This record gives sequence, structure tokens and C-alpha cells, in this order.
Amino acid sequence: MKQAQNHTKNYLYAMAIDLDKCTGCGACMVACMSENNVPFRRDETDQLLSMKWLRVYKLTNGKAYPDHDVCYLPRPCMQCAGQHEGHSPCVSVCPATATDYDQNTGIVSQIYTRCFGCRYCMAACPYHVRLFNWWDPVWPEGMEKMLNPKVSVRMRGVVEKCSFCFHRFQQAKDRAYAKGKRDIDEQDYQTSCTQACPAGAITFGDLNNPSHAVTQLVKPDHKHHGRPQAPHAFRLLERLGTNAKVYYLSSREWVRKMGDNYLKNEKQAGSH
Amino acid sequence: MKLDRRCFLALSIGGAAGTALTPLPWKLTDDLSIWSQNWPWTPVPDKGAITYTHSVCDLCPGGCGITVKKAGDRVIRVEGIEDYPVNQGGVCILGIAGPQLLYSPTRVQKPLKRIGNRGEGRWEPISWQDALAMVIDKLKTLRAADKSHSVAGVFGRDRGTVAQLFQRLLTVYGSPNFFSTPSYLDNYEMTLYLMHGMRASVGVDAKNADFILSFGSGMIQGWGSSVYMFKANSLLKSTGRVVQVEPRLSVSAAKADEWVAVKPGTEGALALGLAHVIINENLHNSDFVVNYSTGFETFKQLVLGKYAPETVAGITDVPAEKIVALARAFARARKPLAICGRGQGLTPGHLSDYIAVHALNALVGNINRQGGVIAIPEADDIDWPEATMDAIAVAGMQKGRIDGAGSSRYPHSRSLLNQLPEVLNTGKGDSIETLFVADVNPLYTMPDAEATRAALAQIPFIVSFASFMDETAQMADLILPNHMYLERLEDVPSPAAYPANIIGLSRPAIGPLFDTRHTGDVIIALAHALGGNIAAAFPWQDYPTCLRETLGDKWNELNRKGYWQGPEVAAPLGFGTFDTASSKFEFSNPDLNAALESQPALPQGDATTYPHLLLPYDTMRIASGPIGSPPFLVKSVDETVLQGNDVLVEVNPKTAAALQLADGKPAKLKTPKGEAKVRVHITEGVAPDVVALPRGLGHTAYDDFLAGKGVNYNALVGMTEDPVSGLDATWGIRAKLSKA
Repeated sequence: MKQAQNHTKNYLYAMAIDLDKCTGCGACMVACMSENNVPFRRDETDQLLSMKWLRVYKLTNGKAYPDHDVCYLPRPCMQCAGQHEGHSPCVSVCPATATDYDQNTGIVSQIYTRCFGCRYCMAACPYHVRLFNWWDPVWPEGMEKMLNPKVSVRMRGVVEKCSFCFHRFQQAKDRAYAKGKRDIDEQDYQTSCTQACPAGAITFGDLNNPSHAVTQLVKPDHKHHGRPQAPHAFRLLERLGTNAKVYYLSSREWVRKMGDNYLKNEKQAGSH
Repeated sequence: MKLDRRCFLALSIGGAAGTALTPLPWKLTDDLSIWSQNWPWTPVPDKGAITYTHSVCDLCPGGCGITVKKAGDRVIRVEGIEDYPVNQGGVCILGIAGPQLLYSPTRVQKPLKRIGNRGEGRWEPISWQDALAMVIDKLKTLRAADKSHSVAGVFGRDRGTVAQLFQRLLTVYGSPNFFSTPSYLDNYEMTLYLMHGMRASVGVDAKNADFILSFGSGMIQGWGSSVYMFKANSLLKSTGRVVQVEPRLSVSAAKADEWVAVKPGTEGALALGLAHVIINENLHNSDFVVNYSTGFETFKQLVLGKYAPETVAGITDVPAEKIVALARAFARARKPLAICGRGQGLTPGHLSDYIAVHALNALVGNINRQGGVIAIPEADDIDWPEATMDAIAVAGMQKGRIDGAGSSRYPHSRSLLNQLPEVLNTGKGDSIETLFVADVNPLYTMPDAEATRAALAQIPFIVSFASFMDETAQMADLILPNHMYLERLEDVPSPAAYPANIIGLSRPAIGPLFDTRHTGDVIIALAHALGGNIAAAFPWQDYPTCLRETLGDKWNELNRKGYWQGPEVAAPLGFGTFDTASSKFEFSNPDLNAALESQPALPQGDATTYPHLLLPYDTMRIASGPIGSPPFLVKSVDETVLQGNDVLVEVNPKTAAALQLADGKPAKLKTPKGEAKVRVHITEGVAPDVVALPRGLGHTAYDDFLAGKGVNYNALVGMTEDPVSGLDATWGIRAKLSKA
């Protein structure tokens, strides 16, 4: 269908998050909020209502003191491609075509003015990535001055989610055109969280480009929906077949096993 | 009444027609569409040219290079500078939220004079001229009454031009009472003074080490320069090993290659136990010990005699075989590095712990070399001519410090802010008539909040330079608001524990938003107005002139690059590295031995009334220093830490079961110093009978996003002085947790 108009280069943007390096500091969350004009309320402690495009989860191995262990897991939108490129869980249910899978970048979009707030996509998303604007966004007096002009502020009544900072991709393309380049480099387009992470735990790039760090880190098997071939690499709920484009790396087996619903004595899929 | 078919139909059709004729359905549909798509009142940010200003972040002692992104005249984002040596492009969670502080409704927008009672929050705007006249009048009156030494200043740091200007003002005015915020760095400074014989700040070359043994230091919780330590920690994932010694499973412990769960407060004993194994098995660096150190035999006798692994196992709850294995792994590493200072190091802690830990570095010879601990001699960046003192100034300076620092009781200490509340409350020392407060919020950050409040209440005149209406500013009589860090030009001294001397330049990304004034300018203006010798000691027209002239030949480089880096300080071992009597590193000397054997009475409280132990912990997601967390930080806090307005304390399942407390349920936390309502979070990350509380919550000041949430740890804990340094050695307090 859309392949016909595909005369530009095909990118497949993906993210790899090294959970050994991730310190759970939350800089990615705040970098995301500041870049994407995410509003905030007085009480944000109810996580079902708290608008966070990227949320850091805390995992524990459940063992007793002092064998207890904790790992943090940042969770942006997985930008699922589904079993057939474009068959993402949310895209396939949206009655308003407010969310779409971009064949050129592999990024799942969200068009706020089309969304009428039915929240079907929220129910379909297996990762709880999508959140609904129950309230008007309100900034304390004067603080709306810090809003980023490149990202529109969302209104009450629509669903929103992480966009892999798609506006940065557009800006990178504009800059490339201005310089007379046909292509954008790896460093030209990086998400806000990747750029901010003080531990350097997040790697972002194009899986179609073998020279990009992310491709080398996860070694995707393109014949099998991008399944990671690198040891220690895994995706969340791999067996659902969402074909997610966010990969995680962890040297700890209990962390990798948390990524999917394993039976007690089952071996972790894809671990070599 | 009988309801027949005809009646039923008439009612339902009539009802439907009636409803259709009322405006109700149309009103509801209209409301629904407005409700779901009401766009006009969502703000549309103004577009404007995107520009960047390079600066240095001054929110914590981390000193990261930042670039401030603007759209037109609005600051929209803070990013790290890629080629800034300290943070190399990284920036922490608080740094990113900087624009929220700039545009915060809690900014003090103009000079304010208190009209209500203290803390009541009733203020009257006052012109800068009148405000300065008030201060000058006060200072002149006190000086005329021979009470110059009763003027004191509490600043965030003692380095940098602004702090030095104020210290200079106090000196020529006639008061020795300049205070800086105490932290683990004071203990490090004293340790280096006792062992290296020189006044130096500590530098930790974490990036080049291959084995970091951290005694409770939150490598990834804000200890040192946070982003530098984060990067080092990530680097060590492939090049080395991190072992965390800590009673609680902190993030640093969880992310370390190994977590050694130790009994609270016994970290120093464990360090000496490791020293025992290293010396006993001859694993120490004999070149360093023989050629560059003295006092080794005395130290050896102490640790061999008292700190055998079995004995230490009894003290620390760490199995003896683990102690032996850890000591061997540490000593056999190529660049082993031991660090100290719990969490972010906000409470200085016990001096003997630092000495024990630093002795480990000396045993493996990892001192003043790449990948080791580097003593960075006190910088002589600020080289102002000696000021001429008049008789009043000399007399005032001779009175000695009110906190006893530098006296025969605490000969090595320079500033003991933690002693101030007791001195003032007991009335044993002199009084303070006027207090200046800048970049600090002692009412919130000092232990024993009640005692601090009582002490502040005794000071008749408090002048605050606060940019934000924090707890201490609320207690002030006059606020002379400083520009906030994104609006001001200022030098930023070398970052905490950074292994080189580097001065950063904070540059205004935006003109002052409000009627604020640079504290440097205010200090110079005060000095000029006081006249005589005082004015003569400040030959600069304004602060920018002073900064330019002070930095001299460094200015051009600073202005061009944004930082100035001193020459390599890792002097090769040998002549001049150690300034002790023996010109060598000292494992023992009388002062050192006294410090090593001293024991403060900890923790406070008796075990029968208070069966539990309250420990604080630091997290990057909550700002625990003088700056309160901006809304984004509060939003980022986990649901296991904050629920509604209640903080959750970490409790072991065994303790929770004994108290019949379920996860998330309310509880009462009582310590000898205070009482608070909390909720419990049941986790195996703490030992039974330990209660862990995050720092940085429980603010009464700041905005609705922060104020009233959780409990301030400092309100529940007291101060216990270290017998040698006089600093606060507290690491926790006895507590009683019970069902609410």
C-alpha cells in the first residue's frame, strides 16, 4: 500500500537500553517531559493517571535480605511493527486513524486533532504506553514560557504517547536539506531521553543501518521480526509478537526473564 | 393508579418528546464536544529563533557544563555540553528541570521586608535603596557598639568569588563568623590534612580506577559530581568492578557488581578489617609503604591487634570469609579505589571512617596517581591584596569563632555550622545580632529542625539572599533576592571530588526576569557604603569588574571555553606531595590516632523505647539540598516512595509482620526528636528493624507541587558531634514504627 510512495530511504528507528548501566535516576523521564511539553499536576502519585511518555519501572528479584536485587527499566513507546509491518496493536484498532505506523521510519504516530478519545488503543496496547488527557493541561503562572515550540500542547480528551521525538527527525531532515545532504547521520537524530541519559544507557539509531550502534548492540534478526540475536538482549513480551523496536540489555537472567511471562522452570527465549 | 397500555404509551412518547424539546440533549452533546476538544485554552508556545548559551550549572556542587536552549526570549531546555570535561554531554535530572526553577512561582521577585510575624509570610516590597540602607544602618550601629563579631554569614560554599567577597567583607568589618555548608568534603579535607599534611580538597579519579570499593557512597545517587560519577560507573561496567558496602540496598548497591550488606554505622570497622587482611597477607604496596609513608608500624599494630576478620565479622555482620575475599580482590586490583561519605554525603559523618578508608588507598599505594585519590592543594585562584584592618576589625577577629572551629577543642576544623544551634540556644557563647544567608536553607537541611528554628528565632536580624522563598527565607527579616543561576555571571569552583582543579563560568542565558540583584554586587555596594578601610578593601566598581580582575589571565580562556583547567595536580610521589613533618604520608600521628580511636555516641535514643533504626537515603529524583524539587522531579518519584501526600518508608517484611502492617498502610514513626505520619513500603532491600526514609521531602515552603508532601528526615534526627572534628557524625537515629 504505502510502499508505492516510498521513494525516500527506509529507516527503522529503534532503541536499546542497557539495564546494567541504567541507574534509575529518572533524567530520561524529565528530559522527555521537558522536550514534549508534558503537563504535570499537584498529585502525580496515581500512576494510572500520571502522564508520562516514558516511565521508569522498578523490578525486584523477590529474594530476601541481603540477596535482594533491584533493577530499573525505562519504558518508552515500543513502536511495535506487529507481525506484518504496520500491524501494531494500537494502529490496528484506532477507528479514527489517529495513530499510524510510518513505513519510512518505523515510528507509530499520534495525531491529536484526529483522536476523539475512545481509548480503544489504550486497551489494545500491551505495554500501558498510552495515556489519556483527563484534564486540561495547566501550567503555574509564568511556567508556560518553558514550552517547546516544536511540539504541540495536547488538549483534554485525547490520547497521547511517546513519539520517539519525531519532531527531531523532521528537524534533522530539514537541517540535512539545508546543508544539501540527502541522508541524515546517526547523531543528527537522537531522542531527548537518549541525549539526556547521564549514564549513557540508551542507544538510539536505525536498525537498517549496520553501522549504527543500536544495530551492533542488539543484532536484530530481520527474518524473524527483528528478534535480538545478541546475548543478554531481549524485548518486552516478545512472545506476543508485537515486534517492538525497544530492546533491553541485561547481564542478569532474572531481569531478562521479567521481560516476558515465563513459566517457573522455563528457559529464557533467545538466550544463548 | 393502574398503568394501562394507553397511559404507558402517552407517558413514554410524551416524555421522549418533552426531553427532545428541552435544551438538555443539545446542551449535553455540546458539553461533550467541548469537553473532548476544547482547544482554545491550551497554550500555543510562541515560536522564536532557537539559540543556545553555554554556561555552568550551579544547582549542586557538581559543576556540569550546560547549554541553555532558548526559543526567542524564552528558556525552554537545558542540555549538557559534549566537550565539557566534567559531564561530557550528560546532565542530571535536576539540571534538566532548571527552566522550571527559572519560571517558578516561588521566585522572590523583588526585595521584601517582613511586616508580619516570622514565618507568617506577610511581606512588604521595599526598594533596593531602602533595603540596602537598612542593612548598612544595622551594620554601622553594631560596629559602633563594638559588636562587629556578632555579624555572621552562612553561605553554600567557601570557595568562589562571591563567598570570598563576603568572607572578606566580614573580615575587614571585624567578624570571623563565616560559615559554609558542612558535608563529607569537610571530613575528606581534614583526613587529607591529618594524613597528607596539607589543606587540600579530595579528587577521585573514578574513571581510571578498575575497582571501586564504596563505603556507602552513592556513586549513582549524587555523591561527588553526579554526572561524572554516573559516567565512571557506566565505564566500570566493562573495565572494572564496583563493590558497595551499605546497610540498605540503595540504587548504588543494586547496580554494583557486589553488595556487601553491613550493619549500620560499622563501615569504618570493616575498612580496618580489610586493612588487617591486606597487611597480614602482605598484599600491600610495599614501595609506597616503605618509601613514601611513615607510622605504618603503629597502624599495623592497631589493625592486627584489634581488627581480625572474625572480630570484624562480629561487629559488622559481614562473614569473615567475605571480608578476606574482599580484601584480596581489592588489593590485587590494578587501580583499587576506596571512597567514603554516605549517600550524597550531606551529613559529614564520622572522621575515623574517612581515615580508615583513606588508609586502604594508601596501603595499595593508589594515591596521587591516575585512577586513585588525588589531593588537590587548595587553589590560589583568588589572590586579592591583603586588606588593611582597623582596630575594630582586629579586635573583632580576635574574639574567635562562635562555633569553636579552630579553637583548642576543634583545632583542625574551619567551620562548624552544625554547632551553631546549640551555642545560640544554650546561650553559652556570644550571640549573633545579624545573620546573612545565601545559597543555603539551614532550616530545612540542618539536623534537628526544631533546634535550628529556635536558634534562628534568637537572631534579631536575618538577611537572606534567596532566589526562592524557601523555609529559611520565610524566617528572614529582609530578602535581597539574588539572580537565579541561569541569569547570572559567576565563577563556579571545582566540582565536588572531581580529580582536577577546574573553574567553570556560569553565564546569564537570559536577563534577570525580576527586580533581583547579583549578591556579588550587593556585597560590594555594602562595603562601599560602610566606608573607610572596608570600602578600601573593595576596589572594584561592581561584581563583573571584580570577577574579571580576580580571574586575571584565566579570564580569556574562561570566557572562550567556559572553563579553565589547572595544571595536572597528580604530582608524582616524592618531594612536596606530602606536607607532613616527615614529608611522607602518615599512617599514624598523635592527632590521627586520637581521631581513629574516637567513637561518637551513636545512634541517639534508647533501644527499648525505640526498637527500630531510622536511616535516610538519597535519590536523584528528589532534590535534598537547599533547592526544593521542581514539579518534574516530584512527578518522577516512584509510587513506592510517595502516595498522595504521604511518604512511604522502607520496611523489611519481618518487621512489617511483627507490627501487623500491610504494604501501603499508614503508620506512625517516632524518634527522640519528632514524630511523623508515614506509610510503609515492604521491601527486602532493608534489614529487619530498619526503617529507611528518603531525604528531600517534607518541605513547608515552595509550591503546591512540593510543599506538604512527605516528611523531612532532618526534623526527625538530631545532631551528634564527632569528638575530634566537631562535625555532625550522625548516620541515623533510633525510632519506633507503629500501626497508626
